[in-house]
Amino acid sequence: MSERRVRVGTGAGFSDDRIDPAAEMAERGDVDYLVFECLAERTIARERQARLADPERGYTPYLVERFQAVLPAVHARGIRVVTNMGAANPLAAARAVRGEAVALGLGPMPVAVVHGDDVTEVVRAHPELPLLETGEPLESILPDMAAANAYLGADTIRDALATGAPVVMTGRVADPSLFLGCMLHGLGWRYDDYPRLAAGTVAGHLMECAAQLTGGCFADPGPKDVPDMATIGFPFADVTANGDLVLGKPDGSGGRLDEMTCKEQILYEMHDPARYITPDCVLDITGVDFQAVAPDRVRVTGARAAPRTDSYKVVVGYHDGWVGEGQVGYAGPNALARARLAEQVVRQRLEMRGFSYPEIRVDYIGMSSLHGMGSGRVEPYEVRLRIAARSRDREAARAVGFEVRTLHVNGPAGGGGGTNALREVLAVKSVLLPRELVDPGVRVEVVA
Amino acid sequence: MKVYELAHARAGDKGNTSNVSVIAYDDAAWATLRERLTGERVAAAFAHVAAGPVTRFELPRLRALNFVIENALGGGVTVSLALDAHGKSLSYLMLDIDLE
Repeated sequence: MSERRVRVGTGAGFSDDRIDPAAEMAERGDVDYLVFECLAERTIARERQARLADPERGYTPYLVERFQAVLPAVHARGIRVVTNMGAANPLAAARAVRGEAVALGLGPMPVAVVHGDDVTEVVRAHPELPLLETGEPLESILPDMAAANAYLGADTIRDALATGAPVVMTGRVADPSLFLGCMLHGLGWRYDDYPRLAAGTVAGHLMECAAQLTGGCFADPGPKDVPDMATIGFPFADVTANGDLVLGKPDGSGGRLDEMTCKEQILYEMHDPARYITPDCVLDITGVDFQAVAPDRVRVTGARAAPRTDSYKVVVGYHDGWVGEGQVGYAGPNALARARLAEQVVRQRLEMRGFSYPEIRVDYIGMSSLHGMGSGRVEPYEVRLRIAARSRDREAARAVGFEVRTLHVNGPAGGGGGTNALREVLAVKSVLLPRELVDPGVRVEVVA
Repeated sequence: MKVYELAHARAGDKGNTSNVSVIAYDDAAWATLRERLTGERVAAAFAHVAAGPVTRFELPRLRALNFVIENALGGGVTVSLALDAHGKSLSYLMLDIDLE
């Protein structure tokens, strides 16, 4: 009898990800588990505001579209879905999924909901916790706090899958843990079996950004070509009970999966490669090897892991004022000089109105907006001036775009295509919270 | 000779820190990069966009270097005034470094 094996596929790698590859994965990927990772750092703070306005909102915006695309195949094939699309309201997200299943004629579909990542009230009681970014106490941002959520681990996913519900809905869970949890459930791994946790965590880390493993964010015509990029497929992992790991993507999908794409993605958002901290373990990738075993199939070996730390990382979202911005374009002879004159005029007009800003950023798009004004920049034919500034005062921020917009009529010659924007800033910082303060709130509820 | 001729790269973000991987195409490129693409050289090339410090990690099995560049992202993606708040394009600032 062959060794037990599960196939875990990726259905999304960020909140605005493409939808078709998830349908392909469900219909033709032959997967046991389908994982959608859809939460950026600030998403929950934003969605918590949506929930305050409407108690049935607060989950990720594309939830309905994503489930519509996969539910028929998920139902027909018995695929288990795991996702953090619940954001700030996993319970309402679960109800939305159930409603969609009924609407599609699939009947009642239980959804297991993971609770306990919301630690807003817990951290409020601990203003002394140091912020990881600055060392200042949490107290400094508490008055503006919008939400605080702990990155839960794979054990929560394992327990939610154990309920038998076809769908697992969570708020904040660490990205690799969403995948590792499927392996704990499907392969019966112990939560202290660190060689296995290493294999599952490296698999999750490699797959959590979906197409970034299979040729997305990779193509550079000439040195790095990617075939059929328009139909790029998402990755899956075949994992055996003893931790053998082979990555793949659906046959017939576009893109490429090989040692080069794997090397780029394993180092993505990695700091010390010997100490990648997740809620489940401390991963060490310095011994990892990639070996192509077939076209678009790569074996991954050599991941190691040390025991998990005694704390959870918590993302604290808080209101941090406003950002206003405006853009306007110039082209042809002396374009850069006219853009520079426009900048001076806007600065002067903002000053005349009595506004000052802790930070103003000026970009000459086409020259300096991405890599700064390095030495030896060639003056381009077209220049687009962009001015952005932050302020605690909404009106001061709004004035930035206003004064750029008025340049059409009141600025240098030939300025066109003016735009302006104003946004409220939801910033994030992090603290570490001892496990014993988080664990009591963690539980699984089945919405049936 | 630019890093672009020897390696490929990808940039990631965490808070106000960018990390840029540099992955050699072959053994000869790896030897050159390991010797010449120092943390100091990277810090100098990024000086006008990042205050630093810059930490270099070596991954010989992958023939890769990983540079962790602090104070690089205008305060972090959520508050940055930059158009490319994630610093996704910084991989090509790395590849543009001249090793002569």
